[in-house]
Amino acid sequence: MTPRATGTARARLAALVGCLAGALALGGCGAATDARGAPAPTGPGSPLEGTLVVLAAASLTDVVTDLATALEQEHPRLTVETGFGASPALAAQVLGGAPADVLVTASPATIARVTDALGGTAVVVAANRLQLAVPAGNPGDVTSLADLADPALTVALCAPEVPCGAVAATVLARAGVTPAPDTLEPDARAVLTRLRLDEADAGLVYRTDVLAADGLVEGLDLPAHVQATTDYPALVLPDAPHPAAAAAFVALLTGPDGRALLADSGFDLP
Amino acid sequence: MTARPRVTVGTALLGAVAAAGVAVLVLPLVALLAATPWERLVDLVADPAVVQALRLSLGTAACATALCLVLGVPLAWVLAHDGLRGTGLLRSLVTVPLVLPPVVGGVALLLLLGRRGLVGARLEAWFGVTVPFTSAAVVLAQVFVAMPFLVLAVEGALRGADRRRALAAQTLGASPAYVLRRVTLPAVAPGVAAGAALCFTRALGEFGATVTFAGSFPGTTRTVPLAVSLAMDTAPEQAVAMSVVLLALSVVVLVALRGRWVAGLPGARAARSRRVAS
Repeated sequence: MTPRATGTARARLAALVGCLAGALALGGCGAATDARGAPAPTGPGSPLEGTLVVLAAASLTDVVTDLATALEQEHPRLTVETGFGASPALAAQVLGGAPADVLVTASPATIARVTDALGGTAVVVAANRLQLAVPAGNPGDVTSLADLADPALTVALCAPEVPCGAVAATVLARAGVTPAPDTLEPDARAVLTRLRLDEADAGLVYRTDVLAADGLVEGLDLPAHVQATTDYPALVLPDAPHPAAAAAFVALLTGPDGRALLADSGFDLP
Repeated sequence: MTARPRVTVGTALLGAVAAAGVAVLVLPLVALLAATPWERLVDLVADPAVVQALRLSLGTAACATALCLVLGVPLAWVLAHDGLRGTGLLRSLVTVPLVLPPVVGGVALLLLLGRRGLVGARLEAWFGVTVPFTSAAVVLAQVFVAMPFLVLAVEGALRGADRRRALAAQTLGASPAYVLRRVTLPAVAPGVAAGAALCFTRALGEFGATVTFAGSFPGTTRTVPLAVSLAMDTAPEQAVAMSVVLLALSVVVLVALRGRWVAGLPGARAARSRRVAS
């Protein structure tokens, strides 16, 4: 009886933590109030156990880590291992045979490479939009996308081969701006680092990255008519070693708690 | 009883473990060669982006090697003089980049020469010069990681050189600079060449410090290793093709050097005495 009792107590704690997080998120962002979706089909009685492996785009680090902790608290015999990185690298790992249960990428094109090869159906859990980002205090006096074409400014963008670079290319094409970048970084976080260290005057990164930079980077919203977003699809891998736990994780991500966390981190919700 | 060593269980075991050691080092390269799309290799390597990265890599590595020769040979000369105090500490400092993760070197260079760096901030304020995101930054990153190879190789050669000829020149009235230029350096030239070749190959392979300090832009800072890393996620065949080219370049250099890669090693010393004798 003791293990079960402990499990229930932990589940209560987890529920409490979840409520608090949800309440904070609701206070922070009105978008979460229209949260839809059924509650996660899990409970203290669910026999989820083993090690669930979740691979997710680096921009989801905080959200996925929090949800992994919540799921572990709900299922004491379940361990959630998380891996974060650039979406194409994660997709390449999965295609290379890495034993993973859930994959969440920052672009539909990337996950399509996986579903084409392995099957399965991805579900869009969030969307992200770009912001024109500058170091705190805006030392380069950057005001619009057109400034990215100024050769006198140091400009950092994502390489066009990676998702954030592809979205940036779309935005710049819509705005009719031919940028003069000084570096094409392998992912959005690398661009953010150049801005945080004040080595670059301007760059294009996700709104979530600007929020995560804790005031060291300022973000300027882009005009709606040039804005392009990227969707975040989540996929339970067809040959997942722990399909039930994988489904529970995706349900958590698309459920009220997941949506609240995503909205709080600056993601748009589908 | 003959003196021929017998194969015992012990020596057989040693041989097997040694073979495993060779396998660990060689099998990954075999896998690379096995995965190489040979029939498309020329097309893949002739891609303008690859040619651009190769040209940048060869150019920056050559600059870095030249800079390492200018700075490193005098440094090796100082290290080779046991009479001077503090050479032990100095040698340890020179060796640090050999064992330091290159990305740490990149962070350190950024904190020194970045726009807000210790020296970089002044460079920008006084001269309007910024170092990151330039080919010069690539060269500096390569110099940082590659110079120890040159210095240690040249120091070994200087220590192995016959001191008596230098002493003879000195007693005949030659100045130390003249002795270094006309007597010592010609004698250690093979060692310097070996060090320079090692330095060049290490500079060609530099990744961590470059991507951290210099950034990545085609034609300016994206060297072959950076291009390989990016292509691995987007065009794996291209990454394999570039890796094979880098591997070939490294092997050519090492085969040309053969046993001479550290002039102070016994094999290298024996080879040199044979040359001197002939």
